[in-house]
Amino acid sequence: MSVIFKHSKTGKNTVRLPELPADIAMEIPEMYLNDGLDLVDVSEVDIVRHYTRLSRMNFGVDTGMYPLGSCTMKYNPKINEDIASLPGFLNIHPLCGNDLSQGALRVMFELNQYLSEITGMARFSLAPAAGAHGELAGVMIIKKYFEMRGEKRTVILIPDSAHGTNPASVAMCGLTVREVPSTPEGDVDINALAGMLDSSVAAMMLTSPNTLGLFDRNILRISELLHKNGSLFYGDGANLNAVVGTLRMSDLGFDIIHVNLHKTFSTPHGGGGPGSGPVGVSAELEKFLPVPLIERDEDGYRLEQDSPDSIGRIHSFYGNFLIILRAYAYIRSLGGEGLRDVSRTAVLNANYCMSRLRDDFHLPVKRTCMHEFVLSDKDLPNGVTTNDIGKRLLDHGFHAPTVYFPLLIPGAMMIEPTETESMENLDAFIDVMKGIKKEIIENPDAVKNAPLTTPVKRVDAVTAARKPVLRWEE
Amino acid sequence: MYTSITESDKKSMLKSIGAGSVDELFADIPASILLKKPLDLPAALSEMALFEHMKSVERSNAAPISLLGAGAYRHYIPAVVNHLAGRSEFYTAYTPYQPEVSQGTLTAIFEFQTMMCRLTGLDVANASMYDGATALAESIIMALRSNNRKKVVVSDAVHPNYREVIMTYCGAAGYECVFVASSGGVTAAADIERAIDSSTGAVAVQNPNFFGCIEDIAAVAEVAHAHNAAAIMSVLEPHSLALLKKPGALGIDIVCGEAQGFGNPIGFGGPMLGFIAAKNDYMRKIPGRLVGKTTDDDGREAYVLTLQTREQHIRRDRATSNICTNEGLCALRAVIYLSYYGNKLRDLALYNHKNAVYVKNLLIGKGFTPVFTSPFFNEFVVHFDNMASVYEKFRRNGVVPGLLLGDYYPELDDCLLVSATECLGTGEIEHMMNILEKI
Amino acid sequence: MSIVREDCRYSKDHEWIRMEDELTGVCGITDHAQEMLTDIVFVELPETGIEVKKGSQVAIVESVKAVSDVYAPVDGVITAVNSGLEDAPEKINADPYEEGWLFKIELKSALAFEELMGPEEYVEYVESQG
Repeated sequence: MSVIFKHSKTGKNTVRLPELPADIAMEIPEMYLNDGLDLVDVSEVDIVRHYTRLSRMNFGVDTGMYPLGSCTMKYNPKINEDIASLPGFLNIHPLCGNDLSQGALRVMFELNQYLSEITGMARFSLAPAAGAHGELAGVMIIKKYFEMRGEKRTVILIPDSAHGTNPASVAMCGLTVREVPSTPEGDVDINALAGMLDSSVAAMMLTSPNTLGLFDRNILRISELLHKNGSLFYGDGANLNAVVGTLRMSDLGFDIIHVNLHKTFSTPHGGGGPGSGPVGVSAELEKFLPVPLIERDEDGYRLEQDSPDSIGRIHSFYGNFLIILRAYAYIRSLGGEGLRDVSRTAVLNANYCMSRLRDDFHLPVKRTCMHEFVLSDKDLPNGVTTNDIGKRLLDHGFHAPTVYFPLLIPGAMMIEPTETESMENLDAFIDVMKGIKKEIIENPDAVKNAPLTTPVKRVDAVTAARKPVLRWEE
Repeated sequence: MYTSITESDKKSMLKSIGAGSVDELFADIPASILLKKPLDLPAALSEMALFEHMKSVERSNAAPISLLGAGAYRHYIPAVVNHLAGRSEFYTAYTPYQPEVSQGTLTAIFEFQTMMCRLTGLDVANASMYDGATALAESIIMALRSNNRKKVVVSDAVHPNYREVIMTYCGAAGYECVFVASSGGVTAAADIERAIDSSTGAVAVQNPNFFGCIEDIAAVAEVAHAHNAAAIMSVLEPHSLALLKKPGALGIDIVCGEAQGFGNPIGFGGPMLGFIAAKNDYMRKIPGRLVGKTTDDDGREAYVLTLQTREQHIRRDRATSNICTNEGLCALRAVIYLSYYGNKLRDLALYNHKNAVYVKNLLIGKGFTPVFTSPFFNEFVVHFDNMASVYEKFRRNGVVPGLLLGDYYPELDDCLLVSATECLGTGEIEHMMNILEKI
Repeated sequence: MSIVREDCRYSKDHEWIRMEDELTGVCGITDHAQEMLTDIVFVELPETGIEVKKGSQVAIVESVKAVSDVYAPVDGVITAVNSGLEDAPEKINADPYEEGWLFKIELKSALAFEELMGPEEYVEYVESQG
């Protein structure tokens, strides 16, 4: 039984609806009405068994270690789930008025302050529902800033190691992407950058630490070059976990950043979402933030819609409040020192794994890493690839690393252990990786045919794309 | 908290790394910017203290009887939804890029896609968007990109927040939005047609619209198609899809909107559950993730993310959208909810409509007047002289009777948008009427 | 090494062209290009009758995880497309020089063909790219 529809049979659903208070006539004319649905007809037991079975076919942070680079798959504390289930948070309507929603507004106002303290940015908007949404708001702010200055700047510089969301967000704002090369050492090629700067460059977007897990040693110089050119500097905070509590992103010279609450601040990924991607700016750019903003005065907290230079509204309401709430709770449970410990432990864990795996797998850039590092499948014998290694890890109860990213390292395996794994877990992962290396030499087919123990074997993505079947049909 | 590296672990790990201290690992960072002291944040709390604190914050939110809808609807959430979606194998999973260990998430999204297609009468639905407003903005952009035109005509009976969001998105992307005034609570096809010119690539209406009224979407689709523009329908109260004719069958090309009402709490407006469903022509242009059916190496049925070349991680600046993280867990809740009600969702939708009619008639009995005569689903607009004082009276007695429309539509001063779902029980209705007695 | 045919000439973007008559060329992507792309799942072909410049994008070839633009190897007018590929893009993998052809182009000048790389030069070019 693969999908819920296979359980369907007319009459199985015995759900009882509430009684109406009186005999009430329908007021919608017949011409507007359908004559029935074709959803599904199943029992409650069918539903419980089906989705319980599906859940058991899933890997999650709670089932095992998730060394997925740039995704920060850390443990999601259970108390935060309980907090986000309190009825006073679950049921509050976004249009009920400031006086009835002081608790929710307080959480948003204070989280905004915490994020400012953590990153050094003057103010945030919590409206973006995801990192890419925060980036989009950020690029809109960049565009508006130059429009209001009467400057025609249409180019955004992006390193070749960047996530795809960076160029995609730029394109959605009708701006042009130019790619900045990296050096073999993994830093931005500062000479190439200097050669690309002219009066058309609006900004550069940089992930820090970068997607190789490295801290760019020229970052202050990059910031200086950009600002001297009249350009803005955008910081992609996807990898904030490496430096939270250790440094402030504003001290790197960023004018705009976004942070991912579902990474650094431990909210669960939900099988792909929801997340939250607050966008933060320097004092000079505050007026461009999306509306509404949250203000505080003697009457308490209030939503403020009036912000004439704002880029406008970007969400139906105010962002993913229940995710914001979890991040707030996480920060309150860790405090300043706890957050610093996150960064230090994440970096220690990553360097430990790197130090123990660098003799077994090719390490393209040989430097101290931050919270993640990149190995590759270069020089592996018997035609074994990064994909094969990822699949073999699944057989041993570990999730695969991020594979084939960043694009500038062919066959990349990006490994981010996070701070919440114990040394025993790291050792178990390392031992499995070393075991796979041995297998690659002695019994490569075991790796090439992996996984063997997962709910399904390798799936045929080629046929899925050639002959797309995107909905169930009986 | 939540780290478990002991001091002795640290020593042996540093030894393996060949570093003398953790500080050495941060040597690439200029010393001038390393923080010298911990962040100035409130002191760390024990779990018990944290929970107490959060409960005290929670209590400063009021818990009124609410007749607010306007894009976020209170519907009963069956117990199975929380129990099943609360399984941490679902909520602690990442995006299902490794299909062999993600069949749970993938199968559920495929089911969600299927159910959204069946409800809308369209061919392809995506794995979710952030919310209804961004789903509408991205639907418009998808349509305009497809026919290479620059302008969208939008009814002013679309949710005011949504209109702001599409202006933000279209403004940044270089598209023009033209708004058409509704009359009598609905959007006339003739008025839309007057706003269309040769650069118009899309027409967008909300149905039921912001006033709760049911639009003649067949006429809207006809007018759009007569000018080779795409017909887009935004739906914010998804239960209406269970009662009304399928928009796909009425000629609508793209249905987008908000499916929060399917099993998701209101949560102060987020996370919501945006979705887009469209005709097959848009299959390779739709933003967001898509799950497809396939087989594994043993020939067993399996599911996988597909047509990924549309997406940002492959096509980068030429992607159909920048969206990556979506609202997958909300989609899971929706599909469990839809399985629970199944085809009886139509009865539930009908219940909603009748309950709203019941409340409306009671209000008429108390001297309120209905503002529009067009049929509505579960939300309607009533007028009362000096509405503001009645509104305040309700609020003082623990009822938010709806949304005052004067702030959004100056001509609708003293008008109230009232939503009545199945959650509005007879006791609550009685309480409201008692408040009115005292006026 | 992948197949490089003697009767074709090649562009730096890994397109091949073979002359059917004095001014009509058949074009596709090379065996090397299809190997790099792996299993091709989708092809977007140009409209016939459009005029194209050498180096302008005329088609798109996609695998599961990659997108590749196909450029016109010469100036000319598109006279035919291999619409059979829309349902069977795998033909490009199986037979890139015959059944997997993409489009036909009427050249502005027969000389344009001669200006492209010959088979030996293309082999060297591929090797130099590593």
